[in-house]
Amino acid sequence: MATHTAEPAAGGAAAAEHLTLEDRIWLLRAMLLMRGLEERAMTLYRQGKVPGSFYDGYGQEAVSAGAAFAMGPQDRLCILHRDLAAHLIRGVTPSRILSQYMGRAAGITGGRDGNVHFGDRKLGCVGMVSMLPDMMLVATGMAMAFKLRGERRCAMTWFGDGSTSRGDFHEAMNWAGVQKLPVIFVLENNQYAYSTPVDKQYAVDPVERAAAYGFVGVTVDGNDAEAMFEAARGARERALAGEGPTLIEAVTMRMHGHAAHDDMKYVPKEQVEEWRKRDPIERQENRLRVLGVDIDALRASIKAEIDAAAEEALAGPMPDPATAVDGVFCTGEAEPLGDGQAPWSGFSGGNA
Amino acid sequence: MPTLTYLQAISAALRDELRADPNVILMGEDIGVFGGAFKVTDGFVDEFGTDRVMDTPLAESGIIGTAIGAAVVGMRPVCEMQFSDFISCGFDQLVNVAGKMHYRQGLAVPITVRLPSGGGFSGGPFHSQNPEAWFMHSPGIKVVAPSTAADAKGLLHAAIRDPNPVCYMEHKHLYRRVKDEVPSGVFETPFSARVAQPGSDLVVIAYGAMVPMALEAVSDGLDGASVEVLDLRSLVPLDEEAILDSVERCSKVVIVDEANATCAAGAQVAALIAEKGFESLDGPVVRVAAPDVPIPFSPPLEAAVLPGVDRLREACRELLAY
Repeated sequence: MATHTAEPAAGGAAAAEHLTLEDRIWLLRAMLLMRGLEERAMTLYRQGKVPGSFYDGYGQEAVSAGAAFAMGPQDRLCILHRDLAAHLIRGVTPSRILSQYMGRAAGITGGRDGNVHFGDRKLGCVGMVSMLPDMMLVATGMAMAFKLRGERRCAMTWFGDGSTSRGDFHEAMNWAGVQKLPVIFVLENNQYAYSTPVDKQYAVDPVERAAAYGFVGVTVDGNDAEAMFEAARGARERALAGEGPTLIEAVTMRMHGHAAHDDMKYVPKEQVEEWRKRDPIERQENRLRVLGVDIDALRASIKAEIDAAAEEALAGPMPDPATAVDGVFCTGEAEPLGDGQAPWSGFSGGNA
Repeated sequence: MPTLTYLQAISAALRDELRADPNVILMGEDIGVFGGAFKVTDGFVDEFGTDRVMDTPLAESGIIGTAIGAAVVGMRPVCEMQFSDFISCGFDQLVNVAGKMHYRQGLAVPITVRLPSGGGFSGGPFHSQNPEAWFMHSPGIKVVAPSTAADAKGLLHAAIRDPNPVCYMEHKHLYRRVKDEVPSGVFETPFSARVAQPGSDLVVIAYGAMVPMALEAVSDGLDGASVEVLDLRSLVPLDEEAILDSVERCSKVVIVDEANATCAAGAQVAALIAEKGFESLDGPVVRVAAPDVPIPFSPPLEAAVLPGVDRLREACRELLAY
């Protein structure tokens, strides 16, 4: 099976074919909100209000925004730690996210887990664990259930370049290929796994491996939200048509350290400078500005939204220590994941 | 009431659940056309098809991980590890993903993992283990271990219908040796202990294959002593009330594990008695367990390691004389 590289033009006119102007603004909004929330969280971290460490996805916003935007309400997602935009698209509110970072009761996990280790089960998402890429198998299992029940829906999960070295990557790719499952694997190749560069991670570009497992692999400019959307939309179409999984390699760059403590001195300065010119938000803003979209007004509204969210989150209580031992087991009925928000106009008949 | 072997009871429970609930699927290596390494699912594909009695790739992490994914979208997967030893390859998915899910996210993971465990047949270091304590030490996972055919069926029904991950320890040595009356149809055995034999001078606390071993060891009354045998049946949750009740009535305790001694289920029972049953004791808490070595292959070596009737009788006699 052919591995192919998406045309660079896919991010321009070709991708926009399936996107209304409102959709394209949605993508920008999701990315701006992600960046703004993470910047605010970093400030809160420096103020000592975010315990533990803090991880962000600065410069990688297009990967999660574009891919998640192609997913329908009944699709299911396992989201990685540099993919906050996917949570925002599914409908998680900014104040709950800031509460989550600060370990407050109103956070998605109520303080049980930190930073981006969350998924809102009512919005069809399962939160990640630190052992990467465990969620590749979980997403594969969701897709297996969809196929067994004959449902037209798919699962999507994200993982990094470091994850391609682990056994669960192989087990998931193989399983999904053998059973031809409706699952979309998004490899977020941000060039570094903590401090380890990709040339110490693999000998062959991992997108090449898709063919070895019997399905399509595509390489996409991970700093282009519309190209990411288009690749995910195509993968979803294939999945729903019974054509099996897709591996999307989103080529991007981790512009900040692994976590807040990491000064990233192991990355050559020129590499960072080169990628800075390819900022995904600037790119989307430039596209929309020429179409007459008021970017400044959009930025102002997002800033106001984040200010309000921070105020609300900071006013919320910390969790009650007496509840620390509650909820280890489910004592009621097992309630499956619910449906998420899916703002793409294609799902409301606007531009499928 | 029909008489079934322990293995037939497991098969019957699986068949009943597949018939009762379309969301139940069985997943494992060689469980489909071949019917499983121990023939637990023999003939199942004819009735339920290869989708619901699924031959998976040889990937234990894959089996547990995909079962979790299927469970959170409404399925009730029952995973078979061909031998419980292989759960080490699926450990991360079970402990880190399944076990912590409800606490972190309020999301239930109703999966059952069947773990054919235990030694006594020259299976060697990789086909004889009793790994239940690994999961007792991992929050969010229930652990049950039947010793009779009736409990094998009732506990499996209860495990599959439980909204949490459940490790179901089925002892290979009991598969065809244990045979008893099993009620027909679906019934759920509670995750609690049962008095397998009542007594008043000493209680032997055991689970799984150590229960019939204990019953055999005390069958001649041990020089006229009245010996109770308490079958734990469930290790998580552990039936503290039943344990402390037996200790109070008998005042002398021998705890048996087939597993390696250190941090075994029996060690937890001993700690519980030390903490909450001390006043009832009329002698030291005695443990009989496998020493901390891999289970060896050659019959005389294996027999030297696994707890047996003679060792248990000796331990009971010594304690009775204390």
